[in-house]
Amino acid sequence: MLGRSANGIVWMTRYLERAENTARLLEAGFRMALTRGINEAQAEWRSVLETIGQDEAYSARFDDYNGQQVCNFILRDRDNPGSVLAMMENARANARGVRTALTRAVWEATNESWMTLTRLLARPVRESNLGEVLVSVRRQATLVRGAMDGTMLRNEIFNFARIGCFLERADNTARILDVKYYVLLPSVAWVGSSLDNVQWESVLRSVAGERAYRWLNAGPIEPRGIAEFLILDGRFPRSLAFCYAKLRSNMACLAREYGHESPAHELLRDAGAGLHQTGIDRIIEAGLHEFIGQFIKTNQRIADAIAADYRFVE
Amino acid sequence: MKPASLSFDEMIDADGSVRAAYRGFCGWFEEQDPRWLHRQCAEAERFFRTTGITFNVYGDDAGEERLIPFDMIPRVITAGEWRRVSRGIEQRVRALNAFLHDIYHRQEIVRAGRLPERLLRDNPAYLPEMAGFTPPGGVYTHIVGIDLVRTGPDEFMVLEDNARTPSGVSYMLENRETMMAMFPELFTRVAVRPVSDYPQRLARSLAACAPPDPSGSGRPVLAVLTPGLYNSAYFEHAFIADQMGAELVEGSDLRVVDGRIAMRTTCGYQPIDVLYRRVDDEFLDPLTFNPGSMLGVHGMMDVYRAGRITLANAPGTGIADDKAIYSFMPEIVEFYTGEKPLLANVPTWRCAEPEALAYVLDHLKELVVKEVHGSGGYGMLVGPASSRAELKAFEAKLRARPENYIAQPTLALSTVPILARSGLAPRHVDLRPFVLVSPGGIDITPGGLTRVALKKGSLIVNSSQGGGTKDSWVLEE
Repeated sequence: MLGRSANGIVWMTRYLERAENTARLLEAGFRMALTRGINEAQAEWRSVLETIGQDEAYSARFDDYNGQQVCNFILRDRDNPGSVLAMMENARANARGVRTALTRAVWEATNESWMTLTRLLARPVRESNLGEVLVSVRRQATLVRGAMDGTMLRNEIFNFARIGCFLERADNTARILDVKYYVLLPSVAWVGSSLDNVQWESVLRSVAGERAYRWLNAGPIEPRGIAEFLILDGRFPRSLAFCYAKLRSNMACLAREYGHESPAHELLRDAGAGLHQTGIDRIIEAGLHEFIGQFIKTNQRIADAIAADYRFVE
Repeated sequence: MKPASLSFDEMIDADGSVRAAYRGFCGWFEEQDPRWLHRQCAEAERFFRTTGITFNVYGDDAGEERLIPFDMIPRVITAGEWRRVSRGIEQRVRALNAFLHDIYHRQEIVRAGRLPERLLRDNPAYLPEMAGFTPPGGVYTHIVGIDLVRTGPDEFMVLEDNARTPSGVSYMLENRETMMAMFPELFTRVAVRPVSDYPQRLARSLAACAPPDPSGSGRPVLAVLTPGLYNSAYFEHAFIADQMGAELVEGSDLRVVDGRIAMRTTCGYQPIDVLYRRVDDEFLDPLTFNPGSMLGVHGMMDVYRAGRITLANAPGTGIADDKAIYSFMPEIVEFYTGEKPLLANVPTWRCAEPEALAYVLDHLKELVVKEVHGSGGYGMLVGPASSRAELKAFEAKLRARPENYIAQPTLALSTVPILARSGLAPRHVDLRPFVLVSPGGIDITPGGLTRVALKKGSLIVNSSQGGGTKDSWVLEE
């Protein structure tokens, strides 16, 4: 396949994944805002903006963290190149650019997602329909993923699509941890306070992990367990360990198909080992924040290496 | 329904009864609930949107995508009519290829005094780079989309040859898919010749034109070259590449590697044997043609002239689309085939000739005037539909550069009904059959693309000017 197509398909799935994760983050923020006082709500909205790297752009334009304002900025602001609407446009533009690499079902699902969300986001979003909009973003991403799963050949194209998805997901989960790490740090003073419970639950909610966590742990929600769950639990599909296991297997498929490995394989192996040979206690001891920062950097390095190895650009 | 006053209606004859070709369709149509039909049509539009069958209109906001309106009433051609038409097309396409070979070699037709030399000499579409070179397989026009108009039961005329890069084949295919999806039972009642194997036939035809020494695998590597996402026909480029199982490449994917044109794949550069290019001649190679072109490949023409890649269509074929050359097509057909043309030309006045110009200026209000090098319905004048001011303005242009124009009578194009809100309403149509040329022969897909002027009385069918399309049926014998 063309290097340009591999690039296009990776970015198509990255944008779809990012749009979905952003919607989930907003859902968690919205829920928090509904149950907490105005100050906590504003702090929560601000941390949502920080997580997706848009706090600077936002605060340059607005004075306060009013929920509706934040949501509209993130979802549909024309001057925000990182809005969910822009992500859907980017996803579709990439899909259109690699049209021949996609099955008709995948292209149609992507095109319909864009059409649906463009229509939904044509007007300002209000509290009354925010839920509906966010559900729709998630549902559209799910439809595309389903079409991919059900119709695409398991060849290089599919593997690049998955690689894009898991690179992005690992990055997004890591960024949530990066902004919320302090909530997860063990602190004698906080333990047991109701604020923590809500914060912890919100972290889980923003990765759609609250139910899974309860079922797996069958114990109280506590920070060490949450950190372990999000970083190391290979059963949870948005954990770093899960994303990297998938990345390794998709990259292994590429190596098989192409008959050789590339430098990105080496990087990925090292990063995977870093995840598997560490326990959560060691991570917390050495510094959760440092660990996450390092992970985000490595993830970026792997993405760059893949782009270079497979000739995404000239 | 009454037939349109002057034009030949393909469905209804002068007595108001249904012509033989349409009996099968009309029998089915009359049984349907009109409200259901309208609902199905709305559904079809939704289908086109999700499929992304759109085109961009130049001059509109960048990136805006529009639908070409689709009308559900098919255009029907009987087996006998099609036999006659396809014989005429085949003859014409043979002549076109012989003509192109001749003008880039000995120019016998000029020597014989049958074509003025100035039409070649002063023509920007004549590429000196092609002189003395024969494309692989001797084929110049791998894909032709001859535009036909009909004025009576047996009168089909060629309006344009479109030997350069005919577009619209994706609509031919999608229109049929749509009809079969909307009205499957219709196709069990009327036997229509299929068109869906066009992409396979195209791939086969292109592969047969590959340079003598393909990539060793015995299977030539095909690719489709597009100017990119923002080109008006991008959907079609992607569609054709997808249907053929060929890569869709852009200029930035290509470079010359070891004397061949190669595409950048995830595993390195892979040579291409046949490039179906949907990029105009002047953008193919910045070294040879337009130095500012970002769409082509540095050194493409050197590789081509070394015989190491097939470009479809060959560079320099655009000259056959020149409307002044067109006016000589009857002579051209006779000169190269030794036969009388089976398909007539539309009578054409060459404004370069003083008597013709005088006539055209006197009769501007009745004529259609076209730029010699124009296409797509841009820059033309439709006399009867123009205001006094428009006529005056055009007259000035005509006087200033008469050699830049040809004129044709306003034809009474045949009509086929469309399904309007109020029921069936006749509208003017043309037909673009798609013709594949390879050393193995000439392959004509039954039917083609019917374009229809949706506005009442309008003669302009171009999609860029508000035209729509119909499914085109050739009935089984």
